Amino acid sequence: MGPFFSPFDNLLCMLLGISFTVWFTLLLVFIIVPAVFGVSFGIRTLYMKTLLKVFEWATLRIERGAKEKNHHLYKPYTNGIIAKEPTSLEEEIKEIRRSGSNRDLDSSSAGSSEFEMSDIFYFCRRGVESIVDDEVTKRFTAEELESWNLLTRSNYNFQHISTRLTVLWGVGVVIRYCFLLPLRVTLAFTGVGLLVFFTTVIGFLPNGRMKNFLSEKVHLMCYRICERALTAIITYHHSENKPKNGGICVANHTSPIDVIILASDGCYAMVGQIHGGLMGVIQRSMVKACPHIWFERSEVKDRHLVAKRLNDHVQDKSKLPILIFPEGTCINNTSVMMFKKGSFEIGATVYPVAIKYDPRFGDAFWNSSKFGMVNYLLRMMSSWAIVCSVWYLPPMNRLEGEDAVQFANRVKAAIARQGGLVDLLWDGGLKRGKVKDTFKEEQQKLYSKILVGTQEDRSRS
Amino acid sequence: MGSTASTLSKIPDVETLMQETGFTPAHMVRLYDRFKALDKERKGHLCPQDFGAIKELAENPIGDRIVGAFFSQGQETLDFHSFVRILAHFRPVDKDRPRDPNVPEPINSRSNKLKFAFQLYDQDKDGKISRAELLQVLRAMLEMQVTEEQLESIADRTIQEADLDRDEAISFDEFRKSLEKVNIDHKMSIRFLR
Repeated sequence: MGPFFSPFDNLLCMLLGISFTVWFTLLLVFIIVPAVFGVSFGIRTLYMKTLLKVFEWATLRIERGAKEKNHHLYKPYTNGIIAKEPTSLEEEIKEIRRSGSNRDLDSSSAGSSEFEMSDIFYFCRRGVESIVDDEVTKRFTAEELESWNLLTRSNYNFQHISTRLTVLWGVGVVIRYCFLLPLRVTLAFTGVGLLVFFTTVIGFLPNGRMKNFLSEKVHLMCYRICERALTAIITYHHSENKPKNGGICVANHTSPIDVIILASDGCYAMVGQIHGGLMGVIQRSMVKACPHIWFERSEVKDRHLVAKRLNDHVQDKSKLPILIFPEGTCINNTSVMMFKKGSFEIGATVYPVAIKYDPRFGDAFWNSSKFGMVNYLLRMMSSWAIVCSVWYLPPMNRLEGEDAVQFANRVKAAIARQGGLVDLLWDGGLKRGKVKDTFKEEQQKLYSKILVGTQEDRSRS
Repeated sequence: MGSTASTLSKIPDVETLMQETGFTPAHMVRLYDRFKALDKERKGHLCPQDFGAIKELAENPIGDRIVGAFFSQGQETLDFHSFVRILAHFRPVDKDRPRDPNVPEPINSRSNKLKFAFQLYDQDKDGKISRAELLQVLRAMLEMQVTEEQLESIADRTIQEADLDRDEAISFDEFRKSLEKVNIDHKMSIRFLR
């Protein structure tokens, strides 16, 4: 048998070994160590600025290219595709009748409100308008961008406009998939692994200050590593309003990443359902180090049980603030939907937090009907970065004579205002379910007021 | 961003469709996106349940009639072509169109808009709005807010006024006549943004 390893193979092994070591050292020095201590080299901010310049160039190039070739540029409108007139039911019907009335206008009822065949036009038009474009369905699909960020997934029709642009896009793909993605996946595994390991170890310590202190440090460190695994560039505003023990932190929900973003800046008690698999392992080990609130699937339906557990947790001032997303589902970060009132009934101080993602770098919205969790995470890790702003709003308490729903709406309005999001009354549950019949009644009531109002006049006169 | 040409190429027979309906390429792309957004399960066609997911439509008292108008006689599926053809009814009237008797009437003519509204009343498609059908619409628009007697009196009065040939029903011509002065174009048109 001849020599098994040729000198070439030897060289190859050596090179691989060296590059691996270099890789890991860089990783350790530039990413993990700062994560542990909570400092930052500013590399990510530099990266972000460079990317923005590149995107600007790319957009200009596309516009120029389109003009040269006389192509029709498809500019997405976030404000809808039809012009909806904000006139009310009453005004419109009066107008229809005024123009079509065969009777004299100065008869007993000017702008007379008796049923006309043409009344149906109003409802018909409104109905078709909503088929073409409605406020709510828009919120459950990803936001459309005004400029292109070199990701094919946010470009509806990628076409060859110029060689330079295509080359740039190609380079982008290589960087994202061959360099950034493996790096991020390694970090993610490291972060999660460390979390599970350390929290299990801490679980063996006796309850006390030492345990809480260590648990805090460990949680923060691991979340920061995960944050870097997504290249998340987060700006925290108003940190003086950070949630305190015995309070409830509420935030608008766009994706599961929201948790990582908030938890890398403060310690929270999480609330949720116990899952199986990897998630379940993480959940179970986390709860060993500090008290989180995990529910069994069967317990989730029992609203009183849920409320009681939340209440008990909040009463104990030594426990961490609870983190809750009252919308109940992921919204695409252009609006805030109806808050479920459960968390607002407990009577604890509420610390609202607004999270707004910058869509230019990567769309963070999780469309759970389109992508599964793993698919979603892979998409996140192969985007350029996740850039977002977090605003801590001043704490709010329920006022005298205000019920839970009004309180929830007040908090929601504050969050929407701060984050620059649209404040909608609709229920996030509508993503999957159908509208209740009570809404139809509203329209019927309005219309009948116009008709019946004058029936009474007529009988009086 | 990119050019509309590549999305347009995904739509079959788009040229004839644009000619027929008068929509611009930009409109077609937008409507195609909307069609796909409504078709959540990506079947390639729409069914009545897909319309049920539109909240504002469910709130509309005649919402289900409007949905019914999209699905012709007994069909359960709606493809993109039919979707666009129905929506074309709501394009604003082209005022500069020459009155050429040889060219078929455009979908968004005043007369066709009226026909669309007429079929919302005339559910059994016999060409007449009977008293019963009128009552049904009134009930849908008013439900619990008004008594049955009031509904019946409204229906009777309306038929009395519009029914010229005294057959206790309103035909399409009588319908059209009673709405002579109404500005149909304005009330039955949707302004599409560029």
